[in-house]
Amino acid sequence: MRKYSAFAIAREAFRHHSGWQRAWRSPEPKKSYQVVIVGAGGHGLATAYYLAKNHGIRDIAVIEKGWLGGGNTGRNTTIIRSNYLQDESAAIYEKARGLYEGLSAELNYNIMFSPRGVMMLAQTEHELRGYHRINQANAIQGVATEMLTPEQVKSKVPIMEINGPRYPVLGALWQARGGTARHDAVAWGYARAASDLGVDIIQQTEVTGITQSGGQVTGVQTTRGDISCKKLGIVVAGHSGVLAEMAGFRLPIESVSLQALVSEPIKPCIDVVVMANTVHGYLSQSDKGELVIGGGADGYNNYTQRGSFHHVEETVRALIETFPIISRLKQLRQWGGIVDMTGDRSPIIGKTPLGGCFINCGWGTGGFKSIPGSGWALAATMASGEPDELAAPFGLERFAEGRFIDESVAAGVAH
Amino acid sequence: MSFRLPNAGCLIDRSNPVSFTFNGKPVQGYKGDTLASALMAADQRMLGRSFKYHRPRGLVASGGEEPNALMNMGEGARFEPNQRATTTEVFDGLTARSQNHWPSLNFDIGALNNRLARFFPAGFYYKTFMKPQWAWKHLFEPIIRNSAGLGQVPTERDVDRYEYFYAYTDILIIGGGVAGLEAALESGRSGAKVLLLEQSPHFGGRFMVDDIEVDGRDGPAHIAHLLAEIAKLPNVTLRARTQGAGVFDHGYALGYERLTDHAPAATPRHRLWRIRAKRIITATGALERTLNFAGNDIPGVMLASAVRDYIRLYGVTSGARTVVVTNNDDAYRTALTLYAAGLEVPAIIDARPNGGGEMSDQARALGIRIETGHGVAKVIGKKHVTAVEVCLQSGTGGAVESIACDCVAISGGFSPVVHLWSHCGGKLNWDEENAMFSPDPSRPPTDQNGEGFVLAAGTASGALGTNACISTAVTAAHQAADEVGRSIKEEAAPRLTQTPDETPMAPIWTMPAQAPYKLRSKTWLDFQNDVKVSDVQLAAREGYESVEHTKRYTTLGMATDQGKLSNINGLAVLAGALDAEIPQVGTTTFRPPYTPISLGSIAGEASGPLFKPTRKTAIDGWHKSHGAIFEPVADWRRAYAYIQAGETTQDAITREILATRGAVGLFDASTLGKIIVKGPDAGKFLDLLYTNMMSTLKPGKCRYGLMCNENGFLMDDGVVARLDEDTFLCHTTTGGSDRIHAHMEEWLQTEWWDLEVFTANLTEQFTQIVVAGPNARKVLEALGGTDVSREALPFMGFIDGKLAGIQARIFRISFSGELSYEIAVPASQGLLLWNLLLQAGADFGIAPYGTEALHVMRGEKGFVVVGDESDGTVTPHDLGMSWAVSKKKEDFIGKRGMQRSFLMAAGRKQLVGLRTLSDTEKLPESAHAVEGGKAIGHVTSTYFSPTLGHPIAMALINGGQSRMGEVLDFPVGSKVHKARVVDLVFYDKEGAQQDV
Ligand SMILES: Cc1cc2nc3c(=O)[nH]c(=O)nc-3n(C[C@H](O)[C@H](O)[C@H](O)COP(=O)(O)OP(=O)(O)OC[C@H]3O[C@@H](n4cnc5c(N)ncnc54)[C@H](O)[C@@H]3O)c2cc1C
Repeated sequence: MRKYSAFAIAREAFRHHSGWQRAWRSPEPKKSYQVVIVGAGGHGLATAYYLAKNHGIRDIAVIEKGWLGGGNTGRNTTIIRSNYLQDESAAIYEKARGLYEGLSAELNYNIMFSPRGVMMLAQTEHELRGYHRINQANAIQGVATEMLTPEQVKSKVPIMEINGPRYPVLGALWQARGGTARHDAVAWGYARAASDLGVDIIQQTEVTGITQSGGQVTGVQTTRGDISCKKLGIVVAGHSGVLAEMAGFRLPIESVSLQALVSEPIKPCIDVVVMANTVHGYLSQSDKGELVIGGGADGYNNYTQRGSFHHVEETVRALIETFPIISRLKQLRQWGGIVDMTGDRSPIIGKTPLGGCFINCGWGTGGFKSIPGSGWALAATMASGEPDELAAPFGLERFAEGRFIDESVAAGVAH
Repeated sequence: MSFRLPNAGCLIDRSNPVSFTFNGKPVQGYKGDTLASALMAADQRMLGRSFKYHRPRGLVASGGEEPNALMNMGEGARFEPNQRATTTEVFDGLTARSQNHWPSLNFDIGALNNRLARFFPAGFYYKTFMKPQWAWKHLFEPIIRNSAGLGQVPTERDVDRYEYFYAYTDILIIGGGVAGLEAALESGRSGAKVLLLEQSPHFGGRFMVDDIEVDGRDGPAHIAHLLAEIAKLPNVTLRARTQGAGVFDHGYALGYERLTDHAPAATPRHRLWRIRAKRIITATGALERTLNFAGNDIPGVMLASAVRDYIRLYGVTSGARTVVVTNNDDAYRTALTLYAAGLEVPAIIDARPNGGGEMSDQARALGIRIETGHGVAKVIGKKHVTAVEVCLQSGTGGAVESIACDCVAISGGFSPVVHLWSHCGGKLNWDEENAMFSPDPSRPPTDQNGEGFVLAAGTASGALGTNACISTAVTAAHQAADEVGRSIKEEAAPRLTQTPDETPMAPIWTMPAQAPYKLRSKTWLDFQNDVKVSDVQLAAREGYESVEHTKRYTTLGMATDQGKLSNINGLAVLAGALDAEIPQVGTTTFRPPYTPISLGSIAGEASGPLFKPTRKTAIDGWHKSHGAIFEPVADWRRAYAYIQAGETTQDAITREILATRGAVGLFDASTLGKIIVKGPDAGKFLDLLYTNMMSTLKPGKCRYGLMCNENGFLMDDGVVARLDEDTFLCHTTTGGSDRIHAHMEEWLQTEWWDLEVFTANLTEQFTQIVVAGPNARKVLEALGGTDVSREALPFMGFIDGKLAGIQARIFRISFSGELSYEIAVPASQGLLLWNLLLQAGADFGIAPYGTEALHVMRGEKGFVVVGDESDGTVTPHDLGMSWAVSKKKEDFIGKRGMQRSFLMAAGRKQLVGLRTLSDTEKLPESAHAVEGGKAIGHVTSTYFSPTLGHPIAMALINGGQSRMGEVLDFPVGSKVHKARVVDLVFYDKEGAQQDV
């Protein structure tokens, strides 16, 4: 891999940028691999990367039906935080957040991790108590968060209306080391680094079936032929139910459309990420200047990657009340992604009823932030065949046991 | 030089001058002008700076596709950034300022980026700025953010109003050009309800500009004829200044009407139409494409159709000497228009080896020079065009000649506007002959019945010629009318149109064909975001081969124009770089809105006090005038405490509690949910819904019940009263009323639709007042009318009767632990009863109390609050309420969930009381109990109890019931609080106080 650097850019500038190589190879699929990962989203690519990097397994194919990073990884609002209530969640999200800090350098690809701070507004007494609870829990987990007063909120975000009138800001949970990153770059950076370690990323190839023998996975059928493998990782977010069906088991997952929108770009006006769960809206400003706004999830299951307009309405109303100056800005674009929701709003990572077949899904509305940690954990699990420490609590069996890791407890939304 | 012509301009009213300012400088235009046409008339050709390199930018287009002419508009509370000059109508007093430069439009420091452009190719930022780790956030990102962004940040709250409008129509037509109007007239004749939306202030589209004859009428006359005919049809509605903004599932469409942008006033500024249509016809026309040659972004290079628009519509010329460059015949219309206006056309450069058809003959006959098989090697000029260098199209750009000019009118062919067709999944075909994507009628967006609900008509359907344009509109109208059940009986006579013969266009994606890097790196695809041909080629070379990758890597088409001009050119360049066919490369996804719409319009009226209107009880006014401070609970506001002169909030709470425990308190409980469940199967239904048995409840009796979700976790609680054999009244928490009602309906409608049960939410119909305390009975007796003695109305009973003449339902239930009555009266009588109770209670020391006093009192009693003691992970057993979970019932929601191993396991969190070791130190909110470095539980409620004179708390602690007497550590910050695990009930454990 030719290294990216300011120096490399300067060198190329004088030869019409003709020396840049492909970021990732575009290989023909082989007949067989040791490991096949289905889904080249952030989670699938990170899994492949850490399998190669941490575990020395390089005979890997990542099979993607569209273009890599084109699922939710390329559609989300890029909020990264680890201020979760439950210890199991905090552990994996904090691992991910920590990895994000050094990821640009590690991957030699600027993923623009911007620890600008994530602020979760408390607008009712009940919500304030909920955030106090998370803050207390975080202190014990070793996740640095603090409670802000309304005045501190205002000084960090001058464009915010903190006096209501409807829902005055009573305080906020603040994670200074949370923030955002460039979503495409995360997928591209992992893809480039994984490809360099020998991972074959096979785009425009859909997995249409999973073959097995004696309760053990033997390979996948794809639109470009059969590929055999010893271990299979299913990492397809919104389409997890479809793949599980191919493998012969069912998942406690519902797939719904979650929407987001951006405004036209303006000069910098807000330097942190704000989430307002009582009124259902969250907002940050991209480096290009657009306000990136997260909407709600549709109440019905579907695979359309669109969404109804009503959620956009609700979100925009809420945000105009919170940030009155945005009323005359314009909505540039709205879109949707199919998110995989579990009953407890926590992911599923680990083994499946089919031998050799592993799954990583259920990140729902909030799995961008976990990409490095989740890839790390699934890679370890797949390498050893047994759930790694971070992954263990998130096994599929927890639904049968009723051992939920419920994150909707204190805050309504989980982005 | 651009200037106003002496006579042309069908949209402007020269007798009606308008003055406004641009960058502080006064400018004059006419009524009917757009900001763009008026600025051009004033020879203001440079209007802004580009996003990345801060290059000078001038007008390219004349409509919503304009990428460059974006303005900071207005002042103060009416300030708006990024407003498109081409779609802004001028009015007296308008103020506009150009964007994205410092210190001025003419001299912009940011333009340094342009000098360094070779270091900033597509995606350069992914390859650098990686070290040191802190530098991205603290150094590079701030620099990038400040130089990016476009318009300025508004500083004030918007003063304008917005509104929603709901419309139901058989047929919605989007676009008021000739195709839309013909379709409206034709489908209107069927009697169907038709609504047509046109984004600009006038109808007619390109028919107002192009020389076309229909049935012996010229374009504008034909449009006038259509409008007159349509006016006769009462079932057809036309709306101008209304953009069809988006098409969604199930025939849902958005219209964005700009009512007063052209004349700021008090009426709503924008109106967002939410339309349900059975069929939608998109007649949105086509957009001209740019041509790709070096320097094509320099101000003065414009779309040929736009040059023509400015002359015909506004009487403004974009230049005195215009070179026309084209790959198709349409641009010849511009040359002829320029010539007719007496303007110089030094040459028409036609990239096609054999040139054009009839119109080119006309041009030649007028003496206009035509160079076929040629292209432009590059444009000369800095802040605007001064010349073009002409070359052979097939070559590498060796200039054969330089032609001085001040305007270059370019045409790269046309692309149908397929956005609205595509929003909801309509598919496209590649039309090889015209090198464009057009709607595939066999793969339309489908509705809930799997039928296509969008039809494309006119040029939007890919029918570029006038004949085809009109006939597709008529066909679409017939089909739509048929499909909405309104067939058109008589066929309208086909239109007779007169248009010149045209020669097919030639797809020309780079000019010249063999342009070297030096030219390609100066050839713009996306003018606003500064994406060049070389950038797309670089992306392809680096493996960003999918169009979505290319788009994201280069930012092509991601600017505020969403690539309306650049997308197809970009795709073609990408296809070329990949050696693939254009249709194989495919398009990016078209997303709503078509052009950006104000956030204010999306919020509509629901802002300020109308944003989630506060629900208030019938007694709210009294609370307010008696010192109440409020807390929001769900959508309600509830009196938190009543502060008297000189009191702190804590003083007030203490006083209210002591008054209630010592004498009698009065509480407004109206916000509690009240749901009637009625029918022969009501008891059966409630048995399934609640964990405890409800069917055995006797009429006239109350029972406290719990509801769990399927997982076995507590979701709501409340008292159920059986009114008669098949009628129950279910009380829910304040936050639960709507949710629980929906929950009931969901089960009834999706699972137990065989049960004969109806539900009705009566929460707002009743005022409910609690009279609690040792003197409670005396107060009611003072009112008189109903026997409320222990015998007549025992604990957990209710009766219907009169109190002081008011029809009331009186419950004997208690959440405070005192002798307590809850009195429900029709909401209209609520305030009256409240006042009567206050009067009657005056002698007995009555005092109103708020929600906090209530919470403390229930805490003293060890009663749980759903949402405090429970959080969606807690079972009734965890809360020590196993008595409320029926063992007899065969089934209820949550039964199976509760039997799962983890829910039955030992060591689960259990609710206990906590007593701090110190009597002065209250446990902090949500403090966690820590043992061996791990959290073992947390405080769910913590209060200072005035009744007991010491702090109390409730907590969920791992294995709590078996830890009675243990002292636990609650570290918070640097302090460790200590508290002993005790019984939950701190006050009146036997319940003697409430059952008297
Ligand atoms: C609007 C929106 C906003 C969000 N905001 C945030 C946020 O702010 N913060 C946050 O942390 N998270 C957020 N999320 C969630 C986050 O985007 C996802 O949890 C995360 O990206 C999931 O990544 P993934 O790799 O698992 O899935 P994806 O990125 O969806 O990747 C799955 C891949 O599998 C492929 N695939 C599917 N079926 C097959 C098949 N049969 N064969 C081959 N390939 C297949 C798909 O094409 C896709 O590329 C948001 C999501 C959405 C939609």
